[in-house]
Amino acid sequence: MSLEQFKDRNVGVQNYRQLDLPQSPTTAMCKVKQVAKRSLKGELFVGLGVTVREMVSTLFGKGLHTTQYPFEKLPISPRYRAIHEMLRLLESGNYRCIGCGLCEKICISNCISMETRYDENQRKEVSAYTINFGRCIFCGYCAEVCPELAIVHGGRYETASEQRASFSLFEDMLTPIDQLSLQQEYQGFGAVSPNADDNIKKTPLAY
Amino acid sequence: METVLPEVTAVGVIIKAVIILAVISAIAGFGTYIERKVLAFMQRRLGPMHVGPYGLLQLIADGIKLFTKEDIIPAHANKFIFAIAPAITAATAFIALSAVPVFPDFTIPEFIPLLGGTFVPSIASDVNIGILFVLGMMAAGLYGPLLAGMAQANKWGLLGSARTAVQFLSYEVVTGLSILAPIMIVGSLSFVDFNDYQNEHIWLVVYQPVAFVLFLIAGFAETNRTPFDILEHEAEIVSGYATEYSGMRWGMFFIGEYANMITIGVIASVVFLGGYSDFFFIPAWIMIILKVAFFFFFMLWVRAAWPHIRPDQLMWLCWKVLMPLAVVNIIITAVVMMAMA
Repeated sequence: MSLEQFKDRNVGVQNYRQLDLPQSPTTAMCKVKQVAKRSLKGELFVGLGVTVREMVSTLFGKGLHTTQYPFEKLPISPRYRAIHEMLRLLESGNYRCIGCGLCEKICISNCISMETRYDENQRKEVSAYTINFGRCIFCGYCAEVCPELAIVHGGRYETASEQRASFSLFEDMLTPIDQLSLQQEYQGFGAVSPNADDNIKKTPLAY
Repeated sequence: METVLPEVTAVGVIIKAVIILAVISAIAGFGTYIERKVLAFMQRRLGPMHVGPYGLLQLIADGIKLFTKEDIIPAHANKFIFAIAPAITAATAFIALSAVPVFPDFTIPEFIPLLGGTFVPSIASDVNIGILFVLGMMAAGLYGPLLAGMAQANKWGLLGSARTAVQFLSYEVVTGLSILAPIMIVGSLSFVDFNDYQNEHIWLVVYQPVAFVLFLIAGFAETNRTPFDILEHEAEIVSGYATEYSGMRWGMFFIGEYANMITIGVIASVVFLGGYSDFFFIPAWIMIILKVAFFFFFMLWVRAAWPHIRPDQLMWLCWKVLMPLAVVNIIITAVVMMAMA
């Protein structure tokens, strides 16, 4: 479908259709008839029927829209960009970060700072790594640029805290070693939500 | 009635008054919970859930909040009238209940010390002009919003009280005229006579369906319920007459409103739906509770389903549609009664 149809502002020559509205009453008798017709038509009871139907279906647990948030949470999309997570290698349990410094370089709000050094085996080691969450805009460039999938965005969106520092240290973001088996791999940019199937609906045009 | 009723003593009346005050104010408070819950289910929500099981103790949380909130009186308000206006609403609502048969009469069993054997009447004071008294008292209750709106030096409040006057002038005629036809049939203004008449004959709603519908419509206006909640409609005039009120003074308006809802429910059940008389196997006291509960639920149901109307539409409806209908209903009733006599 081209946009030509929508750019044409000449009302009247387009494909518009007048609704079949009844004539508005002119004489007093017509007005009385209209009032009587509308009063006796029972349309008000249709409204009552709709609400009571909703109430019954809600009482039996169908069609309830409430999620009791702090107790129940809806699954969020894997593409969601919340507080960062530092992942570990599944085999050795060592952290994946190789200290390349790309995330620090690409960070457009300059909130990542890291210090690295060579350890005794001449391997790069991260000695300090912080993200200033007062500055972070959660753009996701750091996760995108990371060659080792070491820094990813997690699903931890409840970020109210007494101190900004609560999230910002490397150890806070690092997967705890005893929960290594629970570590979620980043599913990629095209991943869909776990409940994506439930969210499929007819488009409004189908109604 | 052939059975001789026991003598009504002062103790019985006092017990009845205490029952009315305690039960109705508790129900009026609990009504807010019911209302929030019913509206929530009709809108596919859960409503209050966190205070107590299923939010049942929400009433206590609300009460603590209302009682501990600062009571603010605006600088330019007329302080005396501002302070007593909520009391007018709440007091008249309970005074109206004094002449309404809330439960059937009963005798306190003998084994209860001190009060055993006391006869508690169904009505605290069975005045022989019961209906007039109750309707008059409920009408006087509208002085609350009227004075509150004008005393608070607030333009929204003033609009609210102007709308109160509009509403008052509109529905009061319909209330009086619609209930006149049942009064003509029964030939009495006492609620007890209405109850006894329907005990012997059939429910009055069968003879007077039009009067029943008119009375319900006027009752919605009398209690400021949704199709006619124009005097505090928060989408249009902030909070209307209650704009400047806070804390317990604000709460008293709503205790009065819920008590009035119960009163309208009781009047509609006693005058039109057989009142507190046995219905096949269901005992009388359950019947009256069921009927009043239905009317209470109906008011919440209507609030969820229907939009509210403009003040000019209210006047149009009451004066041009309902009032003529009520007059025609009275005339037809009178002609039929003369023909039958």
